[in-house]
Amino acid sequence: MRNSRRSVPLTLVAGVVLLYSLLPLVWLVINATKSQPGLFRSFGLWFDRDFALFDNISDTLRYDDGIFVRWLLNTLMYVVAGAGGATLLAVMGGYALAKFDFPGKRAVFAVVIGAVAVPGTALAVPTFLMFSEMGLTNTPWAVIIPSLISPFGLYLMWTFAEQAIPDELIEAARVDGAGEFRTFFRICLPVLAPGIVTVLLFTTVATWNNYFLPLIMLKNPDWYPLTLGLNAWNQQAGTAGGEAVFNLVITASLLTILPLIAAFLCLQRYWQSGLTAGSVKE
Amino acid sequence: MSRSRTRHVSRAAALLAALSLALTACGSSSSQGGDSGEKVDAAAVESALQAGGDLTVWAWEPTLKKVVSDFQAKYPKVHVKLVNAGTGNDQYTALQNAIKAGSGVPDLAQVEYYALPQFALGKSLTDLNRFGAGSLKSSFTTGPWTGVTSGDALYGLPMDSGPMALFYNKTIFDKYDVAVPTTWEQYLEAARKIHKADPKIYITSDTGDAGFTTSMIWQAGGKPFQVQGTSVKVDLADSGTARFTQLWQKLIDEKLLSPITGWSDEWYKGLGDGSLATLVTGAWMPANFSGAATAASGQWRVAPMPQWTAGGTATAENGGSSLTVPAASRKATLAYGFLRYATADAGATTRVEQGAFPATTADLTSESFLNKSFPYFGGQQVNKVLSEAATQVVSGWSYLPFQVYANNIYKDTVGKAYTGASTLSKALVAWQDACKEYGSTQGFTLQ
Repeated sequence: MRNSRRSVPLTLVAGVVLLYSLLPLVWLVINATKSQPGLFRSFGLWFDRDFALFDNISDTLRYDDGIFVRWLLNTLMYVVAGAGGATLLAVMGGYALAKFDFPGKRAVFAVVIGAVAVPGTALAVPTFLMFSEMGLTNTPWAVIIPSLISPFGLYLMWTFAEQAIPDELIEAARVDGAGEFRTFFRICLPVLAPGIVTVLLFTTVATWNNYFLPLIMLKNPDWYPLTLGLNAWNQQAGTAGGEAVFNLVITASLLTILPLIAAFLCLQRYWQSGLTAGSVKE
Repeated sequence: MSRSRTRHVSRAAALLAALSLALTACGSSSSQGGDSGEKVDAAAVESALQAGGDLTVWAWEPTLKKVVSDFQAKYPKVHVKLVNAGTGNDQYTALQNAIKAGSGVPDLAQVEYYALPQFALGKSLTDLNRFGAGSLKSSFTTGPWTGVTSGDALYGLPMDSGPMALFYNKTIFDKYDVAVPTTWEQYLEAARKIHKADPKIYITSDTGDAGFTTSMIWQAGGKPFQVQGTSVKVDLADSGTARFTQLWQKLIDEKLLSPITGWSDEWYKGLGDGSLATLVTGAWMPANFSGAATAASGQWRVAPMPQWTAGGTATAENGGSSLTVPAASRKATLAYGFLRYATADAGATTRVEQGAFPATTADLTSESFLNKSFPYFGGQQVNKVLSEAATQVVSGWSYLPFQVYANNIYKDTVGKAYTGASTLSKALVAWQDACKEYGSTQGFTLQ
């Protein structure tokens, strides 16, 4: 049923929230068009007399032998391997936990719920010491392997699979002679698509924004993701003779969030249906 | 010279560094592969350079890029990989971790003077006396040379120096008819006059900066840190420190200091738009001025640092870096070849041409250096003032062997003095206690 009555207070609240989320983005877009002197002489939320967006973009891509492009590719690699792997593991694990009975399932449940409660930051230092022993620090593995674990994604897929896949569907597939793998990949996976996209978006954002873990794991700028690289550029201003490149930091930040915005816009449809799926008990 | 900005992330990173320090200090000798202690003469260094090889250099100093390309043109068989592994503290964390892990240690690393004792004490750096670098003593000014030596050992060669001077915005001083201060009393007067004339203008900004405070205490004749082997004395209530706190407390109490954190974008803006009238800092600052405070081009000038006694000439060092060879480098001889080129030979001049402030006496006294006029400073030959300051640094100063950590926790205690929750002298004693407590957990004998 459609309710077309408008609530003024709710609209106002939604408006404030909208403003709150969009303002930093607007600021970023406006300031990415300013040259370094322009940043200092103009009002923060309006344009400067010089429009330097395209100069800024080309400087960003070329600065320091084009290291920004390298960081972008690194980040993409971490996302594909880390977030992609995490999603795959979460989907397979969630499906198995939802649809198969085995001893110790309750214990697994407790561990997963417990793991959701532990923030990744708290584990970063022990992980560093462990990886250091294994000789994996300062390699891409140090970022990818911890990213593969997403307890929240697993939990989400678990509940999602439980409700989205009727047991009858699996039984029908088995009766028709499909093996377990075939059942999973050909029958169940398409049904799980909205949930997969949701988990994929979550893990992608988490990997894309990952800062603390690479900060302590990586020393070689050649393996930096964008978050670390941008911070390194920002730090340059704080040293003798260092080149302050605030305009490039801002422009690079804008370029950094564009792929994420694109991912959200493209996958929005699936995501919304994923969020509401399972909210109504059939 | 990099500021110690206190964020929770860098705090955690510092914790890691501290952890690593503790572990290295407990004697992991496995990482000292390259240092056999054998003497190596100049001919052997030269032949290593001719034979070539790969070198990894960790440094954030921008002028080194040109040095590396010139060096590779001269020695085509040597390949130098210049890595920016972070600025200041970030790099120390990475370096400390690499040394502890025993892998990924660079062949050369930039280390600021204040951080050098920390690495030297952990036996993480090569003693350059092995290569006869001690004979270069007369090539460098006293301040930076003291910074790289520890007893008889020599743990790096100076890349630049930061004798302090007074940078002031002449337009503001002219507009309000204020004389350029030559003593700290006059500085206080100028602060009052300018802020009264225009409440938007402050004499300078300060929210608590360990590097600045220690340099001010240095100039005032304080010697709060005394180190003999593993015996460390911390006294942040000595007469030199008191001189500084008495004056600075007045500036804080009368709200004459702008609450802008140093090295932030806001700070650069303030230097450019005329809301900060002076800056007392190291001689490397001109490059930062002309690079990032472009709006004020032509307005700033340089004068000698204000004095504690009228007619005095004392100054101190602030910031500045050395280039070191970590003990774990397996190519120490080749690394020393680059080190010498970059700091004492042709590389030093290349870097000065690009705006670095030298630590080499030859460059400091060369006519072209002294007579260079700076358009940013209204055509003033600022190097004349700065070069003179380099000869007036008060001797006898030393930093703590855990100064990186100490500076990191500075704001926890002394930051309170700037918000009025404590006084500067009390807060410095609290910092002293925190330093002592940390020092004793690291195996030092504290007095």
